[in-house]
Amino acid sequence: MGRIVGLTGDETAAEVMRQINPDVLAAYPITPQTETVQRFSEFVADGKVSTEMVRVESEQSAMSACIGAAAAGARAMTATSANGLALMWEIVYIAASCRLPIAMVVVNRALSGPINIHCDHSDSMGARDSGWIQIYSENCQEIYDNLIQAVRIGENREVLLPVMVTFDGFIISHCTERLELLEDKKVRDFVGEYKNSYPLLNVDNPITYGPLDLFDYYFEHKRQQIEAMEKVPQVIQRVGEEFEKLSGRTYSLMEEYKTEDADFILVAAGSTAGTVKTAIEELREEGIKAGLLKIRVFRPFPVAKICQVLKKAKAVAVLDRSASFGAQGGPIFLEVRSALFGEERKLPVINYIYGLGGRDISIEQIKGVYRNLQKIADTGKVKKLVDCIGLRE
Amino acid sequence: MKEKGWKEIPIGGLILKAGNAEEYKTGDWRTFRPVRDEEKCTNCLICWIYCPDSSIIVEDGKVKGIRYDYCKGCGICATECPVEAIKMVEESEFRKKGGE
Ligand code: SF4
Ligand code: SF4
Repeated sequence: MGRIVGLTGDETAAEVMRQINPDVLAAYPITPQTETVQRFSEFVADGKVSTEMVRVESEQSAMSACIGAAAAGARAMTATSANGLALMWEIVYIAASCRLPIAMVVVNRALSGPINIHCDHSDSMGARDSGWIQIYSENCQEIYDNLIQAVRIGENREVLLPVMVTFDGFIISHCTERLELLEDKKVRDFVGEYKNSYPLLNVDNPITYGPLDLFDYYFEHKRQQIEAMEKVPQVIQRVGEEFEKLSGRTYSLMEEYKTEDADFILVAAGSTAGTVKTAIEELREEGIKAGLLKIRVFRPFPVAKICQVLKKAKAVAVLDRSASFGAQGGPIFLEVRSALFGEERKLPVINYIYGLGGRDISIEQIKGVYRNLQKIADTGKVKKLVDCIGLRE
Repeated sequence: MKEKGWKEIPIGGLILKAGNAEEYKTGDWRTFRPVRDEEKCTNCLICWIYCPDSSIIVEDGKVKGIRYDYCKGCGICATECPVEAIKMVEESEFRKKGGE
């Protein structure tokens, strides 16, 4: 049994990074990620880590420094939010295409404008096609566990891709929760040492990173990235099993909550999954068979597993904490609906956009979603495919 | 050079061998070819200093020729030559006259 502590989400991220003790951490402060980097810089100042902390002048430089460090052969990490992630944009793609397993904390915050510092998923969802693995965390314990596993997943020889671990700004980043920490040594043994097969600093065998890649080979390199992503689910599964032995906590591509006999299933990611669980408890007391499928890994999207869980339901609602302007619905909805298209039985799948810019979502509102699913199952009619929760008309 | 499939190449666009740019013949980008008049040339080696592609072949302090496998035909050598010993000739013209 590990040590029980009370930490905020940001403090948790800093604490686990202290335990991982990366070779390099390059970051620029941005709300609501700030405390993560602030706390970590204290660890650096107090000599609690041997990390080389690079205090850059922008997020673009933060990701560039991480790329340089990872290419050189170092384990590199960073943390950011919303506009910071946006400022990194070009380099985010380069990290993935150079196949450098950088681990990045993304504290989810609404992407401007108008400017807003509170939670939604528009920042990381915007980066869904950047070639990064994306893992969403519900609470502080998951931040801790996900970050430890992220290092191993990204650095796996068959994968070699960067990993984003996200959690909800303020809702989790600034909320103190109980969590269990493993011993430092156990964490360090679990993550092991990062060994880059092609370190830039190997002077005996000089190599080139990031050359010009035109119509003759660019396509082949993209195909390799697709292949690497396809390897990720099994690696996540294996790392999850190993982590379970260490911590007693089970992790898979997604979490199922009372889905086994569920007639109505909600799909959600992030802290709202916790609220949905409470709603499910209350609905079950009324005899309504409600369930939750929590998206843990959004990239790669676990199509087969998700179909397996959802296809038995009478109706499904997907909650998206971001909008995809001009699309048929939110990003998670698009994935889920498309995944279910191959199923023989067409089951109704609806979408709710909620919580943009940090707007709260209540248990009652979530119960309302389940009640709507009940109505859809009873009448066989979907009145509105995509709707909003908590929006004033 | 036969182009390789995605399973055969290093990941991430990495180039694992140093100095292999040599295998990539850039000479076929050329529209104009520098042609040097040996009679006029004083072997001052200014063209050798200026050539961005190291395509002026020098032996024992004398210009021996031009490496057409790599010369991109930029014309810098012709511009810089103080005695106008290098002329830029259109490749198509050159070929018409039986050159290769
Ligand atoms: S034309 Fe340009 S590349 Fe060719 S030899 Fe002259 S300077 Fe070098
Ligand atoms: S610059 Fe002209 S004169 Fe000088 S070496 Fe070159 S070709 Fe000859």
